[in-house]
Amino acid sequence: MKFAVAAALVFAAGFAWLPAGEAAPQKLVLSGASTMAPVAGEIARRFESRYRGTRIDVQSGGSSRGINDVRNGLAAIGMVSRVLKPQEKDLQAHAIAWDGVGVILHASNPVAVLSRQQISGIYTGKIANWKDVGGTDSPITVVNKAEGRSTLELFLRYLGLKASDIRPHVIIGDNSQGIKTVAGNSNAIGYVSIGAAEYEAKHRVPIKLLPLEGVAATVANVRNGTFLLSRPLNLVTGTAPKGLVREFIEFARSEHVDDLVEAQYFVPVSIR
Amino acid sequence: MIWLRHSISSPSASADTLMLWLLRAAAGVAASLVLLILFFLVAESWPLLMRDLPITHFVTDSSWHPDEGAYNLAPMLSGTLYAAGGALLLAMPLGIASALFITYYAPPRGADAYRRLVELLAGIPSVVYGFWGLTTLVPLINQLQPPGSSLLAGILVLTLMVLPTITLTAHAALVAVPGDYLRGAFALGMSRWAMVRGVALPAARMGIVAGAILAAGRAVGETMAVLMVTGNVVQHAGGLFDPERTLAANIALEMPYAVSDHRAALFVSGLTLMLLVMLLWSAAARMGRG
Repeated sequence: MKFAVAAALVFAAGFAWLPAGEAAPQKLVLSGASTMAPVAGEIARRFESRYRGTRIDVQSGGSSRGINDVRNGLAAIGMVSRVLKPQEKDLQAHAIAWDGVGVILHASNPVAVLSRQQISGIYTGKIANWKDVGGTDSPITVVNKAEGRSTLELFLRYLGLKASDIRPHVIIGDNSQGIKTVAGNSNAIGYVSIGAAEYEAKHRVPIKLLPLEGVAATVANVRNGTFLLSRPLNLVTGTAPKGLVREFIEFARSEHVDDLVEAQYFVPVSIR
Repeated sequence: MIWLRHSISSPSASADTLMLWLLRAAAGVAASLVLLILFFLVAESWPLLMRDLPITHFVTDSSWHPDEGAYNLAPMLSGTLYAAGGALLLAMPLGIASALFITYYAPPRGADAYRRLVELLAGIPSVVYGFWGLTTLVPLINQLQPPGSSLLAGILVLTLMVLPTITLTAHAALVAVPGDYLRGAFALGMSRWAMVRGVALPAARMGIVAGAILAAGRAVGETMAVLMVTGNVVQHAGGLFDPERTLAANIALEMPYAVSDHRAALFVSGLTLMLLVMLLWSAAARMGRG
């Protein structure tokens, strides 16, 4: 009984310890792209811990929902994982990171360059052997991403294909699984976030990143915008941001969140 | 002693009542958790289940392309059953043989060490099996026939994972066979193998079957290891070297980025998986009674 009383006291003390001072926290709602929701959530948590008394609510539901919610005033900030379309020029975009996707092969594969048509042919099953694109006489193993992944979406848009056009041999989930699959199969072709692939290739994993249309697949080229298979991750507002919204956007674009952005294999925008 | 006599002479009814209600509450919580999970699965998949009637479109759609509104679960159902069935087919003889070895053939010290080794096998996290499969087994199979990620890889990894369950339950069932039976068999002059085949195995049959169903449950629900080695292409596997996808892997693969209908379709996968496991359990319960 004494124990129970003591436990109750400790419990009550724990409640009293909570900061009750700031009565009404300032609240900010973000909604939009599911690609961005994880990284935005991490940034929001760090923002909350730096600016006491703020609460950032991150909801995902696709880039178009982000646009709609900002227009209707349901969210202060929308998350849009692409360049704004011409009919969306009433909104303001603030890039917080870049996402680049690179095509990877096994390091021992003699093929050094693939054109967009060749990649499209390989992924739709029209080209099934490496000898047709200048490689050895061996069947190609096509590694594709699972439905709903942003990398798949970006890749399909680049090739102008639908998900059901792809004829895959292996479907993977996250980047690391894709890299391990290609590293373990000398005839495989896959595509993953460039940040992840560059990191692994530097750590002696036998994969190589293919250049696209003459541009090397590097984080640097994603950052300067010359690499085509990439896109900005934007925070979108209706008007010029001010107050808490502005503070949050500035924080999300600053070097204080570089580690969080890189942990999701995106490329930070802050200049170093 | 005084304390004991006191409590016996004047049994405190209130303590018993309290205990009874506490236990009832605990049992209620456990039971309602299962029902809640089931309810949750149905509630999340309900919008999609009811929108496009009849429900059979989940097995008759052209393919599984949630972004294009096609939700055919049949290839994943067959994939789940192929992988789990294949693993059981391999693990059953191996597991029962191991159990027989531990129980009747191995020298006592060796049997003990072997049993501990099997227990250790049961404790290895599934992602470790998956990692080993992805980096070792899949490239090996790839050399036989590309792409390597295949039903075969899934079956082999699952076999390793359910083998300890089958071995340990079969061992427990064999140990539980009354000593009188075995002594009787020896007294009749039966050889050891005749005793095992004619007396021990039939007497332990229930326990062995129950263990196999437990293993089947694990094989059906296993996610990470299978996800890493089976290739996850949504298709009816035409052979051992074809890639395929299981229901559990489907959820793990697509859930992180799924929204609206796609998300609901994944809950339908979960519901199907749950029904499959319930079917297995009711089979186990029936077997236990009969």
